[in-house]
Amino acid sequence: MSVRLWDEVYILCYEAGIKVRICSEGMMTLVDSVLEGDRLALARILTQVENNSLEGRAALAELFPHTGKAHLIGVTGGSGTGKSSLVNQLASYYRKSGGLQKRVAIVAVDPSSPFTGGAVLGDRVRMRDLSGDNGVFIRSMASRGSLGGIAQTTSALTQVFDAAGFEIIIIETVGAGQSEVDIARLAHTTLVVEAPGLGDEIQAIKAGILEIADILVINKADRPGVENTERALRSTLELAHPTKRVIRHHGRSMSVTGPAADSTLWIPPIHKTVATEGHGIAELAESISKHAAHLRESGGWEARDRARLGSELEAVLSEALKARFHETTPQKQYDEVVAKVLSRELSPWEAVKSLLNGNST
Amino acid sequence: MTEKKIRVLVAKPGLDGHDRGAKVVARALRDAGMEVIYTGLRQTPEMIAEAALQEDVDVVGLSILSGAHMALAPRILELLRSNGQSHVKIFIGGIIPDEDMPHLKEMGITHIYGPGASTDEIIKDVREAVG
Repeated sequence: MSVRLWDEVYILCYEAGIKVRICSEGMMTLVDSVLEGDRLALARILTQVENNSLEGRAALAELFPHTGKAHLIGVTGGSGTGKSSLVNQLASYYRKSGGLQKRVAIVAVDPSSPFTGGAVLGDRVRMRDLSGDNGVFIRSMASRGSLGGIAQTTSALTQVFDAAGFEIIIIETVGAGQSEVDIARLAHTTLVVEAPGLGDEIQAIKAGILEIADILVINKADRPGVENTERALRSTLELAHPTKRVIRHHGRSMSVTGPAADSTLWIPPIHKTVATEGHGIAELAESISKHAAHLRESGGWEARDRARLGSELEAVLSEALKARFHETTPQKQYDEVVAKVLSRELSPWEAVKSLLNGNST
Repeated sequence: MTEKKIRVLVAKPGLDGHDRGAKVVARALRDAGMEVIYTGLRQTPEMIAEAALQEDVDVVGLSILSGAHMALAPRILELLRSNGQSHVKIFIGGIIPDEDMPHLKEMGITHIYGPGASTDEIIKDVREAVG
């Protein structure tokens, strides 16, 4: 029987209320196979979860108790700053003894076409060093209409990897401009990657992507202009995190005190790297583990988990409530209200109020 | 909301560096609404099979212009099968002599395209093969 036929059988059973366990060869369930490290089962579950299918949701429910162990590292930044090359180097580092041979999963997101829904996912091109290593699993995914830099199911994919025992999960966002900041809600540690020559200091004080950085990376640091980029980023950081320092003002040295140097405060370090050569990677990896340690000590780890799972719960809840609303509200009544909004008889807020109260006026 | 997409791996095994054709096909499949994983030049059969597994693709498109198709294709087929991915369809584009075509088809290659093949035809064949 083909895979597709099985999917249909599964859906029919699900709709009829019959509980089905999905089995691969040897009568083990797909979920059990994933927990035992079967890569084919893992790939298939990832697809189901990405497609948000019934099987995918059922698998996630079974896998969820096994999650919560991985360190989620987000890598974001503009197009062409070298995110994929950096991810390649970081993953290689974690696989070597310096990184204690941790198992690494990579979720690389590239944009879907807004017109056709298709996508060319090309992040693997820069990750060829990682092939042939069973401790690494790379999965490309298309953004499928999401605008926050990651796809709607990216978080769910990381949960599958987490349950499958990957200790490090690196999420590479689409080439992000200024406001694609969803990654900060998902990852424990967010790296924002910049490259020399991409804008002046005013770019650096705008709100948005720089604010979410736990670690700033200036990649392509062998290019001219790296000092300017570093200076701009550093001055932005100092605006955000003023600490006690001595400045010279009209020829006099003056001590300036910012807010108390709080030990719970994490000041994002700036790292210079040349990803294609592997320069600066060990130092960057060290900063990443320092950040993880800082989060665990300061309670930030739990706080981030709570915020992330809370917002996921909210999203699922609103989807479920919407589905329930459409199930219980006659389509005719709904259409009538929409017509009244169209003719400006009702504002959208009044319309929702009347729909929720169960009448059409 | 369930959303199924056809996923295609476009890869160039072997040592020739002419990837224009592979890119044209990748772009055409993208415009047809498919998700195309592009792996770039000089892939070994092992790399291709590994990527096909991790990405859980429906179709693997191989671009081969080097003349090494009779060595590369069977190796890739064998690796996919031993990985439990015998359902994955393999398409080849490139310079394939007429006398090799029946042998490749017999091995299990789904479609073979030479110079001048239309992208519309490829798109149609991919959709049919995935079903």
